[in-house]
Amino acid sequence: MAFGRKKNSVEVSQTDGGENAIANKEVEGLSQRQIVLRRFVRHRAAMISLFVLISVVVFVFTASEFHIGPVGWNGWWHYTINDAPDLLRCPNGNVGCPTLTITPGKNFGLGAHPFGQDDIGHDYFALVMRGAQRSLLVTFIIGLIAGTIGTVIGSIAGFYRGRVDNALMRLVDFLITIPSIIIGSVIGYHFGNLGATFLALYLGLFAWTGLSRLVRGEFLTLRERDFVDAARVAGASNRRIIFKHILPNAVGVIIVSVTLLMSGAILLETALSYLGFGVVEPDVSLGLLISKYQDSFTTRPWLFWYPGLFIITIALSINFIGDGLRDAFDPRQRRRITKKDRARASEIKKERESLS
Amino acid sequence: MFAFIMRRLGTLVVILFGSSFILYNLTAISGDPTEQLKFSTDPKAKQQMIALVRQLDLNTPPPVRYFKWLKGILKAFTGHIDFGMTRTNEFVSARLASAIPTTLRLVTAAALIAIVLGIALGVTTALRQYSRFDYVVTFFSFLMFSLPIFWVAVLLKQFLAIKFNDFLGKGQIPMGWAIGLSIATAFFWAGIIGSKRETFLKVLGAAFLSNFALLEFLSLSHWFLTPKLGPIVVFIFAVGIAYGVTAISTGLELKPALRAAQTMAVVTLIMYYPVNYLFNHYSSVWLLLALLAATFATAWAAGLYWSKIDRGPVIRTAMISGGLMGAIIVLDRLMQTWTPYLQMDGVNGRPIPTVGQQDPLLTEPDFWTNLLDRSVHLFLPTIALTLISFAGYIRFSRGTLLEVLNQDYIRTARAKGLSERTVIMRHAFRNTMIPLTTIIVVDLAGIIGGAIITERVFGWSGMGTLFNGAISGLDLNLLMGVFFCTATLSVLANLVSDLLYSALDPRIRVGSK
Repeated sequence: MAFGRKKNSVEVSQTDGGENAIANKEVEGLSQRQIVLRRFVRHRAAMISLFVLISVVVFVFTASEFHIGPVGWNGWWHYTINDAPDLLRCPNGNVGCPTLTITPGKNFGLGAHPFGQDDIGHDYFALVMRGAQRSLLVTFIIGLIAGTIGTVIGSIAGFYRGRVDNALMRLVDFLITIPSIIIGSVIGYHFGNLGATFLALYLGLFAWTGLSRLVRGEFLTLRERDFVDAARVAGASNRRIIFKHILPNAVGVIIVSVTLLMSGAILLETALSYLGFGVVEPDVSLGLLISKYQDSFTTRPWLFWYPGLFIITIALSINFIGDGLRDAFDPRQRRRITKKDRARASEIKKERESLS
Repeated sequence: MFAFIMRRLGTLVVILFGSSFILYNLTAISGDPTEQLKFSTDPKAKQQMIALVRQLDLNTPPPVRYFKWLKGILKAFTGHIDFGMTRTNEFVSARLASAIPTTLRLVTAAALIAIVLGIALGVTTALRQYSRFDYVVTFFSFLMFSLPIFWVAVLLKQFLAIKFNDFLGKGQIPMGWAIGLSIATAFFWAGIIGSKRETFLKVLGAAFLSNFALLEFLSLSHWFLTPKLGPIVVFIFAVGIAYGVTAISTGLELKPALRAAQTMAVVTLIMYYPVNYLFNHYSSVWLLLALLAATFATAWAAGLYWSKIDRGPVIRTAMISGGLMGAIIVLDRLMQTWTPYLQMDGVNGRPIPTVGQQDPLLTEPDFWTNLLDRSVHLFLPTIALTLISFAGYIRFSRGTLLEVLNQDYIRTARAKGLSERTVIMRHAFRNTMIPLTTIIVVDLAGIIGGAIITERVFGWSGMGTLFNGAISGLDLNLLMGVFFCTATLSVLANLVSDLLYSALDPRIRVGSK
């Protein structure tokens, strides 16, 4: 970040060059949080993606039953993944094809089996919903665990430097030498039958390395900044400096890389399940569904389309949210200059000229 | 510097030791190879179990067994490294030796295309920041980023392979496709070139018309069934390359560079028939390498002859254009093999295969048929791998270039009146390449073990297949062999990238502690 959180408004009002007039007008009198929020809300792709992601999460988790331990609910969809009703014949002579119709007309709506049925009649909508639940769960758990561990280790290494840093970074080097898919495969193969949650927990324990390096770098530069010195001179404890002065300034980097980590995690999970090392039957995941039905693509393509569609939607929206956050947190980025901005800039310029 | 490298190498050894120890034990304790036999009712099971325990040395606890394995690895210092045997009693080193070239062949082309295309697109989008072109490319790069490779691969097999094979068998482009393709390419070029509305529309129109005319001409003249370039078209391409490379590399104002590149184009025309004669009679990899060396030597001489003061850039331009022109001649020769290849056993007019590494029905193919056969087998995997991996390069090079363009020294360069080409290519692009190079090095090391899924989908048997089999077959020695290769390469690549960084960027000093 180019300037510290506290000095933002000061620095902005000092630079009054004509070319910065637009940018300055935008941030005057606002706190860092407000600026970031405002920039993020203006990022159209990110806002759409956020909306899509939230809708997908709500839809997926309410549609099919969901249980963690004793807590849970039954979904509003009337089939579960274990029901196997008779295969329905469809107009073109095929069996079990999707009944979802989005064009207005007689059949408009979900129908009996919106995403069709698999080869023995399982309702594919229920399977995809369960798969998407698993994938989302894995993604969020990995994001949470890896995000926490990465931030903590990166902060400690970057803040205390020296021997601590050396030891922690060698640990990171250890883990980085083993490609994530290898770790995933080994873990998945041997612990995959414990269920998706455990798989995600184990994967999260290995996925934090890249993040911790980034956070460490950020801490190394931030701890040399004047406002940290000022805080130390004023008698602030290490704890206070870390949590009140450095962490808020590093939070942008952290959030952005956690989103990237999560979009990578969903692909890792699907890839592992595809190889047979991730979520295993009788549980369901999106990668598993694709892997199971890839050969039936020519005859019953919907078995292949719908899980893929969900993977892409989830990963794409997480990526766009990450992009929006990056833009929002980066004070150096220049927003697209619209006609309205140009008009305002020339107004400001005229005002200045008339004053001088 | 020397001390720094030695210290780093020392840490590398420790790291490799640690991570291999962890992986070995993790794998060893988490699965029991005798499990199947334990529940077997076969009367011989007991005997088999004893044999298996002896073969895999299961009575030795894993940490101790690890050191036995390590002893074999440490024999590398005496000249013969010992990775042990697989469970099927083969040498792990033999399996590795056959898998590594396959994987390299699979990923090299894709990696190169991804790097070149990714950087080119990243740079153009950065230069046209916030244009429609930028938005479209950004969207697509995010889309690529979010695609699972096995999904793409299946789609490619289903749509591209079948449709494209139909087309290649018939050699006719349907009118709708011709128009669609022309529109797509026209928008692509207009997006890159046209910054103002007027130029955008002009480029759009011109590109659409010329593309459409070209496609229709090729289609009507049955070019796709009997593709060839011939000396005249090769020469036209060569002249185009001469101008294009000069424009990017030094700018057309530098006459010596242009002259040298043009000389190379003329040499290409003169040498067309002699080189083809060589290709037909003495074709081998060595001939290609020798010709490449000869091309560079000629380019060097041409550069020397034309250059007056700035020898370096002129020679560089001549060499790059010479290399590209050579590639065109090779492409032309490959095209001549196309028509007979279509008729061969196992091809039967459908040249794009969906699985496998080479056509098993080809008996004693000559050099060019073999090359063509291997290239078409690479076609789909390369597209899949490129699509997935080049999005990262687009994002990264775009971001870096934008950051560099904001620097003061770019403003200085513009202020002192340098041409935009010089500012972009010499001041901005070179500095963009510094972080990119280090990332590329690490990526290239990573691809050795990275194509597990692609190999599976397209039925190749490289390192990924080996690794896959090792995990599901609980083959510890094989797994460790694969791991040893990938991990060593990856730590070495990290070291090289650090050293490269400090060599390229004078602001960064390694080993100054």
